[in-house]
Amino acid sequence: MALLELRRLNKHFGGLHVTNSVDLALDAGEIHCLIGPNGAGKSTLFRLILGEYHPGSGDIYFAGENITPLKSFARIHRGLSVKFQVPGVFKGLSVRQNLEIALQSRHRGVGLEREIDGLLSFLGLAAEQWQTAGNLSHGQKQWLEIGMAISLKPRLLLLDEPTAGMSPEETYQTGEMVQRLNAEGMTVLAIEHDMAFVRQVAQRVTVLHLGQVFAQGSIDQIVADERVAAIYLGQAHG
Amino acid sequence: MNSMRILLRRLEGPQTVGRGPAFWSLFVLVLAGACVYPLVADGYTVGNTVYFFVWVFIALSLCLIWGYGGSLSFGQTAFFGIAGYGYGILTLNFGAAYGFTLVALLLAVGIAAFFALLLGYFMFFGRIAGVFLGIVTLAVTLTLERFMAQTAGPEWHIGVARLNGFNGMSAMPPLTIPWPGGDIVLFADIGLYYLVLGLLVFVYLGLRILMNSAFGNVIVAIRENPERAEMLGYDIRKYQLITFIIGAALAGLSGVLYTVWGQYITPSSMGMTAAALPLIWVAVGGRSDLTSTLIGTLLVLAAFQALTIYGSQYALVFMGVLLVLTVLIAPNGLVLGAMNLLSRFGMRKAEGK
Repeated sequence: MALLELRRLNKHFGGLHVTNSVDLALDAGEIHCLIGPNGAGKSTLFRLILGEYHPGSGDIYFAGENITPLKSFARIHRGLSVKFQVPGVFKGLSVRQNLEIALQSRHRGVGLEREIDGLLSFLGLAAEQWQTAGNLSHGQKQWLEIGMAISLKPRLLLLDEPTAGMSPEETYQTGEMVQRLNAEGMTVLAIEHDMAFVRQVAQRVTVLHLGQVFAQGSIDQIVADERVAAIYLGQAHG
Repeated sequence: MNSMRILLRRLEGPQTVGRGPAFWSLFVLVLAGACVYPLVADGYTVGNTVYFFVWVFIALSLCLIWGYGGSLSFGQTAFFGIAGYGYGILTLNFGAAYGFTLVALLLAVGIAAFFALLLGYFMFFGRIAGVFLGIVTLAVTLTLERFMAQTAGPEWHIGVARLNGFNGMSAMPPLTIPWPGGDIVLFADIGLYYLVLGLLVFVYLGLRILMNSAFGNVIVAIRENPERAEMLGYDIRKYQLITFIIGAALAGLSGVLYTVWGQYITPSSMGMTAAALPLIWVAVGGRSDLTSTLIGTLLVLAAFQALTIYGSQYALVFMGVLLVLTVLIAPNGLVLGAMNLLSRFGMRKAEGK
């Protein structure tokens, strides 16, 4: 059964059709990567799924429920979670407090402290726990936000460029982490430009182009698709 | 018992400066000093100190909404006025017998809170934020002032209470505690002093606990990044609205106590100057910390009053300069900056460097 299903989803800003009749079904338990050139509408699609934008038409189903009318926080309660493109940590607060805010709605007291400690060591940020989150390196901020996102124990994790600004080694580690989470049953939808990462984790890939689903398949199928190569080189407009 | 211990532990935390035995010893010392103070000072000075204390509540309310919540509100002054007038209208109509003044205090604060519920609902659920929130709240405050300013005629009255325009509403009874063998009337000296001091300690400690709780965590999270906070599953509109209502109640408490103190209130207490001054106290003290706000407000008020003796307009200019200097030198607040410096110095000393 599809965990997330987008049905003929449309969004336009004035005359600009950013999301154009997108149909997309995500199976429970898969790692799905969303790729496409800049301006393809990937981040807009995320905002639609999260309820930050409301579609002009079309519906979004999550676990069989039509969540299109729901507000963002209600969608989070249903089991969605996100790491934004620009790291959205609470910059003025300590690393530990960032995680506390993410975890406190489900844990209290000693249990909460234990969960925070566990997550800190999982993220490799134990030494930085008292630092102000704004002072972390870019990669560490990414990790911290991923930590906050997964601490909600979501059924579907949305990752918008999780490895941007990371070294190849860090990118690989992030890939391993995503696979570990997936092995525990988390479905993942990731926007990513780093093809090494996509190759490492993706079980299925969707190519978005000019707001439409352009191609879909395994990474090998996508790489072999000449039309996909063409849009990345800017030749498919004609 | 257990929940009591949790509450006490929340007196300290990441959202409030000041922790450990040193801080709390100092706190007790200052409190003891404040308790003894009326016994050694003359009645006028004590009454004047009450006047300073009265303003701390509105400052703390702004600290809560602006410093912790990140929403700059000029509306505190409106709630101040609503509650102040509310107390006047209630007590002028129903008198002071059977402890009604205390009921009127609570009702007036309640009216301000209810008004905040209405205004806040439309603002926060309409997703008004940032500078627009400041504009809307300022407009509400000034509208109220303009409205009250034109109520000088005898046709403007609620029951027997004349609104009286810029002549002000006056002669409302002071707070009166019913007591067997004669009511205790809290005039603006020792009696009112202890009540206001008690309220101040209660509100200060209560806000410390609130801000270091899970609720406070969400409030500062919304200040830091509202989008992220919502995407952690928090309905940020509700948190903002609740904070706004608590803030309005505190500002309203200021308004009632001010009215009780002087037995007088005018529309100018909701004017532009009145709306701007709390901002300066809070900014100069350190808006993101309760203790800094409290100390800063008292210091600035005392300085302002001292200067006013030499010319009230110059005192206002000085306030403006003070705000500009604060923004340039210590954007987080002068008192907060000084306290952080002190604690760093203390820590270095403790480490023996």
